[in-house]
Amino acid sequence: MAALIDLMLKGHKVQQHGPWPRVVVDAQQWEFAAGELQQGRWGLLGLWGEPSTVHMAIMDPFATEILVVSLDCPDRRYPSVGRHHPPALRLERAVNDLFGLSAQGLPDTRPWLDHDRWGVRFPSGDRINGPSQAMPYRFLPAEGSGLHQIAVGPVHAGIIEPGHFRFTASGETVVRLEQRLGYTHKGVEQLMIGASLERAVQLAGRVSGDSTVAYAYAFSKAAEAALELGAPDRAVWLRALLAELERLANHLGDIGAICNDASFALMHAHCSVLRESVLRASGSAFGHRLMRDIIVPGGVIGDLDDAGTEIIQAMADNIRLRFPALVELYDNTASLQDRTVDTGVLKPALTRQYAAGGYIGRASGRSFDARRALAYPPYDSLSFEVPVLSEGDVNARVWIRIREVEQGLSLIDQILNRLPEGRLMTPAGDRSEAREGMAIVEGFRGDVLVWLRLRDGRIERCHMRDPSWFQWPLLEAVVENNIVADFPLCNKSFNCSYSGHDL
Amino acid sequence: MRKLLFDSLFRRPFTEQAPSADGAAVIELATMVGRAARRRLGRSLSIREVDAGSCNGCELEIHALNNAYYDVERFGLRFVASPRHADVLMVTGPVTKNMREALERTYHATPNPKWVVAIGDCARDGGCFAGSYAVVGGVSDVIPVDLHIAGCPPNPTDMLQGLLALLERVDINAVTT
Repeated sequence: MAALIDLMLKGHKVQQHGPWPRVVVDAQQWEFAAGELQQGRWGLLGLWGEPSTVHMAIMDPFATEILVVSLDCPDRRYPSVGRHHPPALRLERAVNDLFGLSAQGLPDTRPWLDHDRWGVRFPSGDRINGPSQAMPYRFLPAEGSGLHQIAVGPVHAGIIEPGHFRFTASGETVVRLEQRLGYTHKGVEQLMIGASLERAVQLAGRVSGDSTVAYAYAFSKAAEAALELGAPDRAVWLRALLAELERLANHLGDIGAICNDASFALMHAHCSVLRESVLRASGSAFGHRLMRDIIVPGGVIGDLDDAGTEIIQAMADNIRLRFPALVELYDNTASLQDRTVDTGVLKPALTRQYAAGGYIGRASGRSFDARRALAYPPYDSLSFEVPVLSEGDVNARVWIRIREVEQGLSLIDQILNRLPEGRLMTPAGDRSEAREGMAIVEGFRGDVLVWLRLRDGRIERCHMRDPSWFQWPLLEAVVENNIVADFPLCNKSFNCSYSGHDL
Repeated sequence: MRKLLFDSLFRRPFTEQAPSADGAAVIELATMVGRAARRRLGRSLSIREVDAGSCNGCELEIHALNNAYYDVERFGLRFVASPRHADVLMVTGPVTKNMREALERTYHATPNPKWVVAIGDCARDGGCFAGSYAVVGGVSDVIPVDLHIAGCPPNPTDMLQGLLALLERVDINAVTT
């Protein structure tokens, strides 16, 4: 088995890139990496563009080594990774839409984020004003007698984000689901270019509202890695507290929402109350219910006082008291289990291939959790379990979240008990040369990756990869052969981000 | 389940347990919204939510309006699944270029009389996303807006307050026209 270190030694190492190395490789080495991904020896963490460069972050299967490989492509072409390794397909389509870099051999060349509405092509690369080719978007065919199509979205029936789902069904059974996303594309990465750190972290915190803490956290860690800056201890611990509160609120809300999609409103009502208690405690302690704009490069803005500590502790104690009855209710309601058990099964092999993170991965046998695998502080000194199941159905994803609620409560206790005193911010020094940094942070949905290059205190390029990129395609796979009525359950148990993906 | 339901029989509703001054304000506000909605629309105001490109933060807080603490449905304020059933469109986000047509079509699918409430800072003028090649701007750049509720995201109390303001305006219009 080739080790990442071999690839690294063959490439040209870039200075000022932390904490993991970045190497510039040639096309042959790029293709070699694609082959290793295809063989399942490495996992793909991300693939993104610059006006004449493509980058790819890869990880060995044990998450002990992470490497960014870069390929210069002055002629705007590079060998497709997606041709060998399907998880890269949508990423390469997006790179083409935004930068005009075309992946040679890419089997699917339809646009992805570009819906022909921007009035400009390749907005982040060599811009061409005017519309894209006026071609109707062709959905992949599913043929057979008696098949019918169901088109849903972009405006959905619930209070959720916009996206389009095209089902082909045989009677009640889904034969194929194809997603079309990109409706919430806001051009965030382009807005980042030239932005100050203050504005950039604000934008990062608005990539995906339910993960505002995770994004600000990952962005700040990436900026600190670039600037070789360490946040003070108290800030490091407060960040973890914020991240656990966000995880807790989302898990509680979603456990109820999944049950609600099986028309079991009682769970939803009770879980919503618990979720609200987390938001209220967060609002009282930190001044914002979703804890937005608190984590910044260098530390955190806003301290936790004694009153705030008490409020959060009381909230956690209350959930610890009330939650077990809900778990019992979920576990003992046969009509509900009938809907969730064996529904939307995600096979472990697909999970591994896509390196899918979060509860989706952990419910299908992939134990990766950035808090454990990368052990970034303070998680290296906190005690917690990473629950893993292998069934891969809706039920397993619910149970992973239940266990993570329990672990989250324990983590909140530990953090409150051991929160160090001290400063909240380390001021960023003046660094004028180009410096690059990357960070991976475990959000509630999975690992959020941020890569950036700073120059003169401003963002030269910043890429943010939502965990959903490697989860959305799997939803297409799990829905196959399920009945249409179970799609909401499958979808909610995944709860992928639209805005985080569309960016 | 029976045990949980039984417990609920003897526990006071969450809606009355709001401990802070904030909570009291919610109840007062919610009652006022309820009264105004009844006058105008006979205890029924149907709301269709449209995410025109938001980060999803506003949606989270709109969801919260339905939880037991705020419970807007007790006043006849209901979130419906289709614009054809709606009196109010609640629109979030900077309107992205990719969502512009969907928003217009949703607006035209909503029967008159109808009102549009733009939710959140981005919905006013695009917020921190203004100026992007992929963003049109605020909701009023695409469809007429009757009311804007600020915040990033506005909390549920702010939204209740906003709905009240809208209903009062609706009442004035009803008198003058």
